[in-house]
Amino acid sequence: MSSIIAGNKTENEGTTDKNLVASQLRRAEAIHRHVIPAGGSWIHEIKQGQYFRIVDLHGNQAVDTLFYNALDYSDRYSAQDTIQHQRNIYLTTGTKLISTMGTVLLTIVADTCGRHDTLGGACANESNMVRYALDKRHMHACRNSFLKAVTEWGRGMSKRDIASNINFFMNVPVTPEGKLTFEDGISDPGKYVEMRAEIDVLALISNCPQLNNPCNAYNPTPMEVLIWDSKR
Amino acid sequence: MSATPIFWEETIQPGATWSHVLKRGTSLRVVDLEGGANVGGIFYNFECLVERYNMPDTLKAQHIARLSTGFVLYSDMGRILCSVIADTVGWHDPIGGTSNASLIEKKYGPSTYQESRNACHKNGRDSFLVELGKWGLGPRDLVANVNFFSRVVVDEIGGMSFVPGNSKAGDYVELRAEMNVLVILNTCQHPLDPNSKYQPKPVQVAIRRVPMPAADDPCRVSRPENERGFTLTERYFL
Repeated sequence: MSSIIAGNKTENEGTTDKNLVASQLRRAEAIHRHVIPAGGSWIHEIKQGQYFRIVDLHGNQAVDTLFYNALDYSDRYSAQDTIQHQRNIYLTTGTKLISTMGTVLLTIVADTCGRHDTLGGACANESNMVRYALDKRHMHACRNSFLKAVTEWGRGMSKRDIASNINFFMNVPVTPEGKLTFEDGISDPGKYVEMRAEIDVLALISNCPQLNNPCNAYNPTPMEVLIWDSKR
Repeated sequence: MSATPIFWEETIQPGATWSHVLKRGTSLRVVDLEGGANVGGIFYNFECLVERYNMPDTLKAQHIARLSTGFVLYSDMGRILCSVIADTVGWHDPIGGTSNASLIEKKYGPSTYQESRNACHKNGRDSFLVELGKWGLGPRDLVANVNFFSRVVVDEIGGMSFVPGNSKAGDYVELRAEMNVLVILNTCQHPLDPNSKYQPKPVQVAIRRVPMPAADDPCRVSRPENERGFTLTERYFL
């Protein structure tokens, strides 16, 4: 399924060769392809065994992502359970994305970026007011996209379901002294992360519209999602 | 911080759960009675329970992966649920999460109430869910928690390590409620605690009235983000 990319981006702290794994799945064989515009959202079911790829088309674009057990939305991605299980705060090849109930939702099987964040959460009107200035309330934010998407999806989903998310392609290191820092991105145009769904899941994405910090290099750009059917 | 009379104090037994609506202008002091305690905590705006403690907002507003005096706990609505107004420990863990039944059985073996009575093994997730259930909340409300008295450090490649001996007998942390806050606690062991024995520890909690945060309150002035957080919280009560 996968092959190792030799010696690429090893200058990034915490990003080792073993994390950098390319996929052999071909774009032309994907059963679903969709470009999510900057600031847009996407909600979609991914079936057990399917492969799900997120492509950072233009580089350094934070992709705020949540997953739910498709049969029980109260069983959802848990940032703390995921990092606790692997005893590492960064998500990359081999990471099992674990739910609040301990279910393995998906496994990351390929990653050409090498490190993804799950501590920084999603931007919101209200958190932007705290972080930047009280007059930032009007600016488009991920949690508005999440709320709009779950409201339209219906099926009983609401703000209660907006949990702490993954930020694919974002670089948020923690220092040994307990400081959380936001560093320049380590992603580049065309880099991607690919997961295998271990059960039927619902994926929810906000393509981050943040303009107040470098998580999108101050320039939110489109990204692409692709799905392949189970190969075997 | 001048001492005001304590309304009441009580002990939370090892592996037990506790909840209380901590009123704005009161504080909750939690004392590690024996050393090595862990207290899992989640916090909600009691008037609007869908507003709750938000780990990422707390971390990124203050650029921290630990909690201590001068830091605050943010809700997902840009408001401050609680401020840490006193702390003799220096590091409380906001990222390590909680244990679950399978982890506890794997680490400590099987345990039943029928055999062990109230010493039977408890786990963090089920403890949170039971206490949440008493307030009409459930799995959809189970968000990332804080682990008071525990320390988890992160190395340069992201590896997480539990640091034993972080809290000594008599150490305490005191939280001032900035809203009317539903506090959900349990005293289950930290999920990354390498102790091979099931040994949760008791803590004492004490509730008292405290002054409202002044203009020069250390939590307010610790950074501009918190000044704005206090402003937004005070506006909520206008």
